[in-house]
Amino acid sequence: MLASSLQLRGAWAFIERNFRATRRYWGWEVVFLIYSIVNVLAVTYIAPGAEALTGVGTATDFMIIYLLVGTLVWTYLNGVFDAVAFMISWERWEGTIEYTFMAPIRLVTMLGGSAVFAVVYGLVRTLVVILVVSLFFKLNLANADFLTAIIFVMLGSVGFLGVGIMAAALPLIFLERGTQMTIVVQALLLLVSGIYYPVSILPDWLEPFSWISPATYILEGIRGAMLEGKSVFDMSGELWRLLAVSVVSLPLGVWVFQKSVDFAKRTGRLKRYG
Amino acid sequence: MSVSPEINIALDVRGAVKIFDTRGIRLPLPWNRGKPELVVAVDQVSFQIERGRIYGIVGSNGCGKSTLVRMISTLLYPDGGTLNVFGYDVVDDSQKVRRLINRVSVEASFFRKLSPMENLLFAGQTYGLDHDETEQRVMNILARLGIKEEQVLRPLEQMSRGMQQKVAVARGFLTSPTLLLLDEPTTGLDPASKRQVQKFIAELREEHDATVLLVSHDMDEAEKLCDVIAIMSEGRIVASGSIPELVELAARKGPAGNLEEAFLTIVGHALDEETEDSAGAWDLEATPKD
Repeated sequence: MLASSLQLRGAWAFIERNFRATRRYWGWEVVFLIYSIVNVLAVTYIAPGAEALTGVGTATDFMIIYLLVGTLVWTYLNGVFDAVAFMISWERWEGTIEYTFMAPIRLVTMLGGSAVFAVVYGLVRTLVVILVVSLFFKLNLANADFLTAIIFVMLGSVGFLGVGIMAAALPLIFLERGTQMTIVVQALLLLVSGIYYPVSILPDWLEPFSWISPATYILEGIRGAMLEGKSVFDMSGELWRLLAVSVVSLPLGVWVFQKSVDFAKRTGRLKRYG
Repeated sequence: MSVSPEINIALDVRGAVKIFDTRGIRLPLPWNRGKPELVVAVDQVSFQIERGRIYGIVGSNGCGKSTLVRMISTLLYPDGGTLNVFGYDVVDDSQKVRRLINRVSVEASFFRKLSPMENLLFAGQTYGLDHDETEQRVMNILARLGIKEEQVLRPLEQMSRGMQQKVAVARGFLTSPTLLLLDEPTTGLDPASKRQVQKFIAELREEHDATVLLVSHDMDEAEKLCDVIAIMSEGRIVASGSIPELVELAARKGPAGNLEEAFLTIVGHALDEETEDSAGAWDLEATPKD
């Protein structure tokens, strides 16, 4: 069998298995979906809530879309991040980690299969959330440039996968606390990426961290497209920055992961725990 | 991946060493300085397995058997020595080694919500088998191991520990490995299931060009299946040979009516020698080599 077809079949195996596992844990999926919908609604209602509290409502529609874009993008990125970053924790919890690492496939195959599943999973989940949430708000998106928004999402996913893969390495290094550390990384990304506010309001010492988060540029691009109708060409600066971050973060993520696997194999951490 | 028929040595282990620092990760901070707490799990282990043979390693809990298997499985880097599977180094040629081996360990280790079929389809596909081929093999192997057709599609969590272990055995055989690593494969099985698995192991050797490394502390099982047995104690192989050879060797120092008695005599003697600060190897000069 050709090495390339072995790798392709291997990648497909991860996509298929993760899909099957998601289907079997459907109860949890429903819970997470309800949580995501409620979370998006709760955050977005802050905009009309602020108008009701202050009596100032000149930018309420703008704020609704601003917050909606933030929460929806975060719902998507969170789904992608979870599916990739927790793959090691998941394998370790199920006890399959040694068998997965014994299979004659490359690390990039394993990561690639998990990443493709993560993106598809994140997109489907977010589309369901969008469908439900759209029933609650009357949005005027006549000027929105959806194509530009999609380009930013897809390109940004690559960069965000890199961050997720780096986070996935943590449970390989830290047997007990790795999973908690991954959650901390997720929380920090939420803080610095401008999900609910512009990053310019962050303290001076914190703002530079937003520059290395792909989510910052994804949000800038999508908000520009949805709120101001800007095209890809209008936002070439943001696009280049996103491209640069993605080009660095994906190979860096794979490299960090490979080094972590080497470390785990040297120190005996590639095993079931708990 | 097939192996040239000219290669007669399936596994060649020379001076394998594995040392663990039990302190875990230490950040390079001033208060973290201190001597590492090292445990030598595998200590200068050397042996060879001829192609087509069933080689047993017996030893008490914690003697380094599973660590050795993990090194052969490419899951652990050795700290010293070399381990070659059909001429391929487990570190430098790990990808090639992984295509030749498979392993059954004491823990079943599956996605418990998935069915045996779903778990084994995943395993087969990661070894390059296509969907239909895997499905056919799964049904065939599970039937031979006494698992009913209707159980194949139910979640594994609904199966007993013994049944799960049988599925684990099926996973090990699914990819027709040229070298099969069995790490206490029948632990937790009832006597009838144990026999089924043992029969299956023996048949695999007959039907395929398979070499088996069986790690166990079940002396009966080792006696039944293995051509050659190595006795491991405190990370070292202290004696090896066929069962009559081991029994004969042990009889020189103490009771040795069967493998279990021979094992206890040899291991007991090896430990005695260690406490007397000797090399610890049990009269290896007189030990017949496999």
